[in-house]
Amino acid sequence: MGLSMNGVTRIFVPGDMAARALGADDVARAISRESDERGLDIRVTRNGSRGMVFHEPLVEIERDGVRYGFGAMEASDVAALFNDPDTHPKALGPVDDLDWMKRQTRLTYARCGVIDPLDLDEYEAFGGLAGLRAALKRAPQRIIDEVKASGLRGRGGAGFPTGIKWQTVHDAEARQKYIVCNADEGDSGTFADRMLMEGDPFCLIEGMAIAGLAVGATKGYIYLRSEYPDAIRMMDAATIIARQNGLLGADILGSGKTFDLEIRVGAGAYVCGEETALLNSLEGKRGVVRAKPPLPALEGFFGQPTVVNNVISLAAVPFILAEGGEAYAAHGIGRSRGTIPLQIAGNVKYGGLFEAAFGMTLGEIVNKIGGGTASGKPVRAVQVGGPLGAYFPPDLFDTPFGYEDFSSKEGLIGHAGITVFDDSVDMGRMARFAMEFCAIESCGKCTPCRIGAVRGVETIDRIRDGDAGAMALLTDLCDTMKAGSLCALGGFTPYPVMSALNHFPEDFLPEGHKEAAE
Amino acid sequence: MTILPDTSVASRVQAIVSEHADLDGPLLPILHRVQSEYGYVPESAIRPLADALNISRADVHGVVSFYHDFHTAPRGRHVVKICRAEACQARGGQALEDHIRKVLRLNWNETSSDGAITLEPVYCLGLCACGPAALIDERPVAKLTGEKVERLVREMV
Repeated sequence: MGLSMNGVTRIFVPGDMAARALGADDVARAISRESDERGLDIRVTRNGSRGMVFHEPLVEIERDGVRYGFGAMEASDVAALFNDPDTHPKALGPVDDLDWMKRQTRLTYARCGVIDPLDLDEYEAFGGLAGLRAALKRAPQRIIDEVKASGLRGRGGAGFPTGIKWQTVHDAEARQKYIVCNADEGDSGTFADRMLMEGDPFCLIEGMAIAGLAVGATKGYIYLRSEYPDAIRMMDAATIIARQNGLLGADILGSGKTFDLEIRVGAGAYVCGEETALLNSLEGKRGVVRAKPPLPALEGFFGQPTVVNNVISLAAVPFILAEGGEAYAAHGIGRSRGTIPLQIAGNVKYGGLFEAAFGMTLGEIVNKIGGGTASGKPVRAVQVGGPLGAYFPPDLFDTPFGYEDFSSKEGLIGHAGITVFDDSVDMGRMARFAMEFCAIESCGKCTPCRIGAVRGVETIDRIRDGDAGAMALLTDLCDTMKAGSLCALGGFTPYPVMSALNHFPEDFLPEGHKEAAE
Repeated sequence: MTILPDTSVASRVQAIVSEHADLDGPLLPILHRVQSEYGYVPESAIRPLADALNISRADVHGVVSFYHDFHTAPRGRHVVKICRAEACQARGGQALEDHIRKVLRLNWNETSSDGAITLEPVYCLGLCACGPAALIDERPVAKLTGEKVERLVREMV
């Protein structure tokens, strides 16, 4: 390819939290130092992540409009990059030609990892603001119709049709309505919200502004978890820039319409990812779940009609308005339309974020995209949908990735986190952990969750100590939690527990886990 | 010993509350600010907070005690948060947890006797494809091994 640093004017080093956790800051410093020492005029951009966590820190150099990747880079690899990128041992070739990138359908993440996250001009040059401009030309009802036509469903996990939720808030009469973005991404195995907020924050702001126009809300909140310090800094900075440039405020893009938003930081409570607990937390209260009805769409933040949407639901909206609902709905299977950012995590060779149309089988995702386990051992179980999602054995790898397809197998897709475990996993211990986690994070309002989770830990311990009779008790307890809990925390904790028990009963035998523990 | 009302905390709390006067439901942002200044939420802050926001002391206490992030006593100069969630467990997180607790000679939520380090569990940092992960003060670290953690701890103290 005849690369040299001649003609290279820009180098990308991700500022994404995962890349930083793997040493990207050291690499960026080494690049700036090397560039200065050689007297080169190269701009270093801290972009978001392309999603290939297995290549992070992924350095890209841009020449003649083509971006060449190098990964996973260390500071000690930088001098060689400047000597001769062509023969660099970590050269990956043009990033857009990599199999991992080519096989994706990047609608929501089209700009993530590509642009400077805080450069509004670049955002616009890569298609940003087209959705908001289209929305500004339409009546609110026509915006909602477009979202309905897209078939978009809540990406936080519940899968409720976004257009119908917006319609309810639109139709409600109130002095003030709100858009609340749920960025309390607490599910293990998920990082799509974080990656988007760090890599393309204006996309979320644009989606929220469109939602505001659609339902008649002038105020929005992003409830962002405290465990994401980088995303908080990025969203704070992007909000200020958006306000300075008329993307937020009393006259958005010169339309005379008003929308503004505020970033609120959570305080380490998993249950605040549940929408009514989130609203209480936003109001300055304990993050205790509210009984429904009333729906937040009618009585949400301080009793006013409120749209509560996940980051990815809102970030999907600019594309839908720019390209049309049909263009989005053209992807997917059954009632699962559009794309889903799969987050391939845990013990997996090629882990990261892979945006694809609904419909790939779990096996394709784990083995073809993810490349099997990182340890090289056989895959034993895959937890889909976070800590409240079911464990799937390889026998169920033919399940297509879709809302209904997963619920028909006693599972859920949740926020599309896919956590892979190899054969060293002790599934009895994972079931116990699910109950333990529920006990730690329960808000305490309803008995099945608050007490059930504690009894669940004890009952699993009894089974693992040899009391086989306690199995029926655990099944019974799970039924009670499932049917009697107020929200998904108590209601869905039975998914990982029962799937572990049903698919891996041998791990609940006393000798089973003692062997596994050795 | 007579316990005097801590007037300095009270006046600082009132100033923080007035800085947040234009927010709806401002208690969490206020508590975050108090904690960032004092390192924890002092007992002496509860009454002035309740008075300034026109809520009961029980309400304030209820919120402080509900959230894992808010602390009622000082923590160590450095806080090590180790992810205990599933994706990190799938990558050897359990062994790492045990190792760290042994090296630091701390259990979860304990602070070393010299006040240098507090060890806390965290349930997911969104670093699930490169675990085991941790947050050391605000610095994210991933693909942790026992050796790497020992080095990071040595660098820190």
